[in-house]
Amino acid sequence: CQLFGYVGIEAVLDQMKIKTMKTGFEFNIMVVGQSGLGKSTMVNTLFKSKVSRKSSQPEQEERIPKTVQLQSITHVIEEKGVKMKLTVTDTPGFGDQINNENCWDPIIKYINEQYERYLREEILITRKRKIPDTRVHGCVYFVPPTGHWLRPLDLEFMRRLSKIVNVVPVIAKADTLTLEERAEFKQRIQEDLKTHAISVYPQEDFDQDPEDRALNDRIREKIPFAVVGADQEHQVNGKRVLGRKTKWGIIEVENPAHCEFPLLRDLLIRSHLQDLKDITHNVHYESYRVRRLNES
Amino acid sequence: DDKEYVGFATLPNQVHRKSVKKGFDFTLMVAGRGDPAGLGGESGLGKSTLVNSLFLTDMYRDRKLLNAEERITQTVEITKHVVDIEEKGVKLRLTIVDTPGFGDAVNNTECWKPVADYIDQQFEQYFRDESGLNRKNIQDNRVHCCIYFISPFGHGLRPLDVEFMRALHQRVNIVPVLAKADTLTPAEVERMKNKIREEIDHYGIRIYQFPECDSDEDEEFKLQDQALKESIPFAVIGSNTVVEAKGRRVRGRLYPWGIVE
Repeated sequence: CQLFGYVGIEAVLDQMKIKTMKTGFEFNIMVVGQSGLGKSTMVNTLFKSKVSRKSSQPEQEERIPKTVQLQSITHVIEEKGVKMKLTVTDTPGFGDQINNENCWDPIIKYINEQYERYLREEILITRKRKIPDTRVHGCVYFVPPTGHWLRPLDLEFMRRLSKIVNVVPVIAKADTLTLEERAEFKQRIQEDLKTHAISVYPQEDFDQDPEDRALNDRIREKIPFAVVGADQEHQVNGKRVLGRKTKWGIIEVENPAHCEFPLLRDLLIRSHLQDLKDITHNVHYESYRVRRLNES
Repeated sequence: DDKEYVGFATLPNQVHRKSVKKGFDFTLMVAGRGDPAGLGGESGLGKSTLVNSLFLTDMYRDRKLLNAEERITQTVEITKHVVDIEEKGVKLRLTIVDTPGFGDAVNNTECWKPVADYIDQQFEQYFRDESGLNRKNIQDNRVHCCIYFISPFGHGLRPLDVEFMRALHQRVNIVPVLAKADTLTPAEVERMKNKIREEIDHYGIRIYQFPECDSDEDEEFKLQDQALKESIPFAVIGSNTVVEAKGRRVRGRLYPWGIVE
């Protein structure tokens, strides 16, 4: 339909922006992996604040729990007028036992419980205008840097979880691998995932258009990101950087030549945060809902 | 990239990018009576013209105006016009719901009923879709706003206006406007508006309230916002033609005594 002049329809985008900024938003992330893989440090590095479990309970002695426990901590952080209610769910005890059979069950249960909660709110007669969203939008899975293959536990976990939540696998403590070792490891992991038909985020099935596909293909080539976390600053070339100081050099966390932390951060926060939430809501939650409605 | 910057402040832009791709839906209803005395010539309150002026487009190109006989036998209909418009990359699917015949009959008892039924039907449809198993592509056909045209030729609201608005104010956002305002002098406009506002209050009609502005806005904005709210109902004029005024081409109405822009 032809327009004879400027109507001002695009102003709706500003209206949306203002609303988003006013209401703020929620983001729920889960970190899974054996103890000692730097999960808590990674979370702190991602959000540049002390938001992890360890930061909230600094006096607690590090003792591996006998079963997998889930602990969620919520913080409200603000940046440039945008408020985010961030909830980080940690899973100490995962994969740490002698017998790790079914150690994914408490995690699956937790994720489904959040879907159930949301469903209950949605079917109430008097619904809340804004249903509180505790659903897990992204699950970062820490793969130990063995350099060989994915372990049976990794495969079992990712296979089951990628069906109900967005799984983002990362190679933890990647500073123990050289660049060649990293490349080979990644290659093998990608093959493994393909062989076992494990669909990690960003899932190919949910690319919306060719532009999305091109963007996500580039990301998929690099998954899993080889990351390093750090919460200490050091002096490098006159600048203060976050990093790890070893005898043979300083590993700069935000230097793309050293590790892929910036890629993880960009994916989770700067470019795909809304997408993670959308897929959780439109795909994973809807699947859960259909299953539940068919049950009853 | 300053040190403390995490990057989630980009979220509004991420949301924005997705919305631009998806496009928006908006359903606008226009309602209002014809002038009961008008048996020849223009008998409307300028609803279609206003819609064309609002969206700077010609939505009713093929419309036929009914003559007096045809109008006597007509009942209230609900008609829908859907257009897809795009501006600066933002796509809008605009649905205009019209109510031709409203208030045109001799006996207009409950003529608002088809309109209320239509609105309820859209809610019903949405409710069914929302409760269904496959919620992927729900179409939102609910009426988002109803512009109600009040005639400038009376002394405020007529009984039918009150009836209509009271029947609908719990179902849809009503924005009342004072139509064909170029037939009134500024003083008359002021008088009409005051009367209408009084009557809206008196009859307990709940019209759409524009949102409160933020407490952190500057004083000038707050004053503007206040002035805006105090001018409701807006006195409007629409035009399908472009005229020359002071060397510029503008949408307007050309009278011997001057040009209304």
